[in-house]
Amino acid sequence: MLPTQHLSDALLIDYAAGTVSEGWSLAIATHLALCPACRNRVLAAEAIGGAMIEAIEPEPVSEDALAATLARIEADGESEPRRPAVPPADTLFPEPLRSYLANAGGIVWRRLSPSAQTFIIPTGDRSTTARLLKIAAGAAMPVHSHRGLELTLVLQGAFHDEGGTFARGDIEEANEEVEHQPIAMPGEDCICLAVTDAKLRFRGLPRLLQPFLGI
Amino acid sequence: MDTGTATPKRDAAPMDPATLSRHLCDVAERRDKAAFAELFRHFSPRLKSYLLRLGGSASGAEELVQETMVAVWRKADRYDPSKASASTWIFTIARNLRIDAYRRQKHPEIEADDPALAPEPDEAPDVAVGRGQDAARLTEALSRLSDADRSLLRMSFYDDLSHSTIADRLGLPLGTVKSRIRLAFGKLRTALAQPEDDI
Ligand SMILES: [Zn+2]
Repeated sequence: MLPTQHLSDALLIDYAAGTVSEGWSLAIATHLALCPACRNRVLAAEAIGGAMIEAIEPEPVSEDALAATLARIEADGESEPRRPAVPPADTLFPEPLRSYLANAGGIVWRRLSPSAQTFIIPTGDRSTTARLLKIAAGAAMPVHSHRGLELTLVLQGAFHDEGGTFARGDIEEANEEVEHQPIAMPGEDCICLAVTDAKLRFRGLPRLLQPFLGI
Repeated sequence: MDTGTATPKRDAAPMDPATLSRHLCDVAERRDKAAFAELFRHFSPRLKSYLLRLGGSASGAEELVQETMVAVWRKADRYDPSKASASTWIFTIARNLRIDAYRRQKHPEIEADDPALAPEPDEAPDVAVGRGQDAARLTEALSRLSDADRSLLRMSFYDDLSHSTIADRLGLPLGTVKSRIRLAFGKLRTALAQPEDDI
């Protein structure tokens, strides 16, 4: 089953041009791994970057730039060996997400509510928070609203909310107007990658507790 | 190693996409330093201009140009001419290196041989979009966009502004900027999808 809920053109262009920070790009690229249609759209968006490089007014480089570059190539030795293709234990988490989880030393779930758990994924981006969310089959996420954008990518199971139904590979782009309550579909726990640019505000959890939960 | 001095100097006369792509394949397959020198002459002044626009100093930009071209040499075997023109592929390398250098961040990407990668369906639409032979078509389609549409794309690719920042700068609602980007991108993709004799 291929995804049916895709990235907006605006976010695809942001990713291709490199204007969005690492947290957003992690969610975007992980959707791309699961979505051949958006991969092709990104190729088209990157081709705009290529055409712009062609059309740009050239700026002369220093006389010895080529010689200096060739010297660096000589000094660096031969081409980068490709990463050996080690088959992953399971394919639940595609690249680039898998490497982020491996660099974090694996997933340690923390309880958000009796039916929801979370794990914050370390990234080099302090302007966003990337986290995994696990919602028990059939259960509701705590109601929350956000100040900026939230990207939610389903990796396992499915959820539905005001924006529709989202299954593996589907991505939801929710902005600050949305106060939504995702509900996991029955059958299987729902695991998502969620990226936000502001701390999520959960209703019903004591505000004082929120900093301790890191949410 | 005499490739640096033996090739006569010439100005940055534009090379056609097919020639650039062939040079890049020669670098990949034969470690051809003369082909690399041709690529360097074509791309280094363009990359420097791109990097300067994005806020680097002259020496910083020059350093990144060299790093980009070293990466072109080292990663040339990963270039797939059926997916992208040489310009597009080299653009993505420069983009990733400048994000690393200017922002100290990564640009996360898919891994081409990841077993978790969802395979292409047999009838993939838009497959040909990035091909070298389509680069001219894209340039032509870009030139036919309205000034307003083109300037939106320039703000993304040259000024490092995300669509939400663009909305702030222009004082427009986010939804308006998103739909203008969608329309402009749609026009480019339509032009790319058209059969050869329709242009
Ligand atoms: Zn998609």
